[in-house]
Amino acid sequence: MTTRTWGSVAVPTVASVGAAFALSALLLWLVGAPPLEAAKLILQGAFGSADKTANTLLAWTPLVLASAGLVVTFAAGMWNIGVEGQIIMGAIFATFAAREIPGPAWVVVTATLIAGAIGGALWALLVGLLRTKGNVNEIFGGLGLDFVAFGLATYLIIGPWSRQGIASTSGTDIFREEAWLPTITLFGASMPVLAVAMAIAATVVVYYLLRGTRLGLRLKTVGKSPRSAYLLGIPNDAYILYAFAIGGALAGIAGTVQATGFHHKLVPAVSGNYGFLGILVVLLAGFSAKWIDPIALFFIAVAAGSTQLDLRLDLDSAFGDVLLTVTVLFVLFGTAIAAQKRRRRATMGAEP
Amino acid sequence: MTLELVDIHKHFGAVRANDGVSFSVEAGELHGLLGENGAGKSTLMNVVSGFIEADSGKVILDGEVLDLRSPADAIAAGIGMLHQDPLVFLPFTVLDNFLLGSPGPERIDRKAGAAELERMSGELGFTFDPDQQARLLTVGERQQLQITRLLWLGAKVLILDEPTTGISATQREQLFFVLKQLADEGLIVLFVSHKLEEVEELCDSVTVMRAGRVVGEATMPVPPSELVAMMFGKVIEAPQRPKPVVGPPVLELTALDVTKGTADLTGFSLTVAAGEVIGLAGLEGSGQRAFLDALAGLVAPDGGTVVLDGSDVTKLSYRQHLAAGVHYLPAGRLEEGLVEGLTIEEHVALTAKEQPFFIDWGEAESEADSAIDDYRIKGTPESTAESLSGGNQQRLLLAMMPADVDLLLMEHPTRGLDLESAEYVWTKILERRDDGTCILFASADLDELLIYSDRILVFFSGRVIKVLDAATADGEELGYLIGGRERS
Repeated sequence: MTTRTWGSVAVPTVASVGAAFALSALLLWLVGAPPLEAAKLILQGAFGSADKTANTLLAWTPLVLASAGLVVTFAAGMWNIGVEGQIIMGAIFATFAAREIPGPAWVVVTATLIAGAIGGALWALLVGLLRTKGNVNEIFGGLGLDFVAFGLATYLIIGPWSRQGIASTSGTDIFREEAWLPTITLFGASMPVLAVAMAIAATVVVYYLLRGTRLGLRLKTVGKSPRSAYLLGIPNDAYILYAFAIGGALAGIAGTVQATGFHHKLVPAVSGNYGFLGILVVLLAGFSAKWIDPIALFFIAVAAGSTQLDLRLDLDSAFGDVLLTVTVLFVLFGTAIAAQKRRRRATMGAEP
Repeated sequence: MTLELVDIHKHFGAVRANDGVSFSVEAGELHGLLGENGAGKSTLMNVVSGFIEADSGKVILDGEVLDLRSPADAIAAGIGMLHQDPLVFLPFTVLDNFLLGSPGPERIDRKAGAAELERMSGELGFTFDPDQQARLLTVGERQQLQITRLLWLGAKVLILDEPTTGISATQREQLFFVLKQLADEGLIVLFVSHKLEEVEELCDSVTVMRAGRVVGEATMPVPPSELVAMMFGKVIEAPQRPKPVVGPPVLELTALDVTKGTADLTGFSLTVAAGEVIGLAGLEGSGQRAFLDALAGLVAPDGGTVVLDGSDVTKLSYRQHLAAGVHYLPAGRLEEGLVEGLTIEEHVALTAKEQPFFIDWGEAESEADSAIDDYRIKGTPESTAESLSGGNQQRLLLAMMPADVDLLLMEHPTRGLDLESAEYVWTKILERRDDGTCILFASADLDELLIYSDRILVFFSGRVIKVLDAATADGEELGYLIGGRERS
């Protein structure tokens, strides 16, 4: 009688992260850089001042939002590679609201967030419909729509929404300040409190959605065994679409934060690759919402902090990417081996 | 030349797929290996052809003990296997498929290959267009291609796993002709099947397996009832039991046509009353599954009507059938019923009568506890479905059944269960019968069919050839009918 235990997941993960850090330390030592010094610099680069912390947190929120959405689509068994396009679509819809809706800040900001969520959800539903009605694998459909969304953003920036007199891919006009995602000044820096609150709320909601609701339970059922789900009377297609709608809405909010909180305008690369990065975060988190917040913080901190390595240790800042990639690969490898062992134990008794 | 299998053991966890199998086949012999699904035939043949390694035992060919670690080892030793689903690469041409896996230099000489293909297939009486896409071949032609290829690669032993599934009558004749010819030329031909009449028609001798062991060997011809007795085991006489209380009709089938899958039913009519139990007998794949699928609404009948409780459900979807009071438990407990990775508690929550948005896990846990008590499931609310044994999975499936079921359809309700577990499962099923649920179940167990059914539909090659009154039927008669003939 086996039950799912926390240790069966945590032990290989911790061991793999440890191994990844050890390998990174070894790499640093080989190129003649002191590993501890490098770690300290990364931390300083990410959290060394109130401004740096504010920037790190602002980058952290879209990654968490996208990751939370991906947890939902993964639960339904879907590889939502289209998450990048959904972030971009969210940003486009939010830009439309920011440009068109008059009124005080709270009205415009609410409108941008709702518009962003709708944009992301619609773009994701398209992937879902291609999958359920057209039998197009969600990976290919999503990837295709990523390019379409990027193309649409670029077209809008150099076309209908181009700056007065100049058509350049550097972005649209800066939004009026009422449309900016509000911040609060703390320790002398503009802290993105609303964004952080939304990211944490998204994590908690997704966690409870999958843990404590029928919708979540059915999503998991569809993801784990579509055939059994069908025979139990669960309409698979409908639940796949629900998952895409929820995941897309969260990605769309991530796009809104990018546009209205960070760039204050629409740029072609508005997604910041946080969608693809989110897939790595969720893989590392074992497809659960529980650990995405700290893992995303680690990702962002390494990315933001490693610029310091360049300046102070004369190391290329790409070292941060190396560290992240090595960590992800080690964890995937470690947990895959652990899962294989577990499966071998569990399926003893079944014919091949 | 002799192929000898000596004391082959292969366990998958607790399942003894092969439990000390020994037999030998002489060159020039067309040897049948007969047994029901799950008897261990395929495992054994996979061992002999190098697909899986045995836990212990020896494969001896021509006095030499073979060390088989892969299919490549087996074909190098002269053992070729034709799988039920021929292993043909569909996007490749016939010629590329033929040349695949052949030894030789890196550079492929297609011209010489095509000549070889023509020579080999000519000897066997097959014709191929070497440039044709393999996906355009029929299953029979794919088989012919594989046989040609295996013989070209030097197979001295040819194993065929259920080769007549999905091929036409002409192709079957052609296949049998070639197999006889090959045996006459001195090859060892092992014909694996659960179809009695084919083994009778084709084979010189036969080995019968049941539950991982060899239970009998015979030189043909043998009366089919003897083979049936070996395949299914000794049939005990069904105990007397009271006539069923016949309620009002629940299920009325009128002129039903089902020709999908393995079924070939035309104009089939049947009325089943509340509280009646109908057993579906027949060799595996004789149409029982497709018939149950049609009654569950998973496949649409080609004609006729299905009336449930007085209303026509013929054209309704599967989910509408569920709503109308149908419940279906197919054979794949963990593939078509339970969800791997979910716990008992989650299964109970999934099928609870009330489905509010938020799940009360405290309540789900106590519901799971009472299901565990009521159905004597060995597990805790946190046990995952795949960690339960077959019997406990079946009990969980029964525990998940809604309260108001009018028509219960089951496939192999007790397959793989020990006696005590099987009896308990039936106690629970019969409680439903006593509440007026009408029950149809397919089984390969003659005892189970005779003991629990009121009537038995005997399926043979897709059709219902006889409707038996279980009270007057006996195992011998049933055995004959399953083999496709009347007792003379």
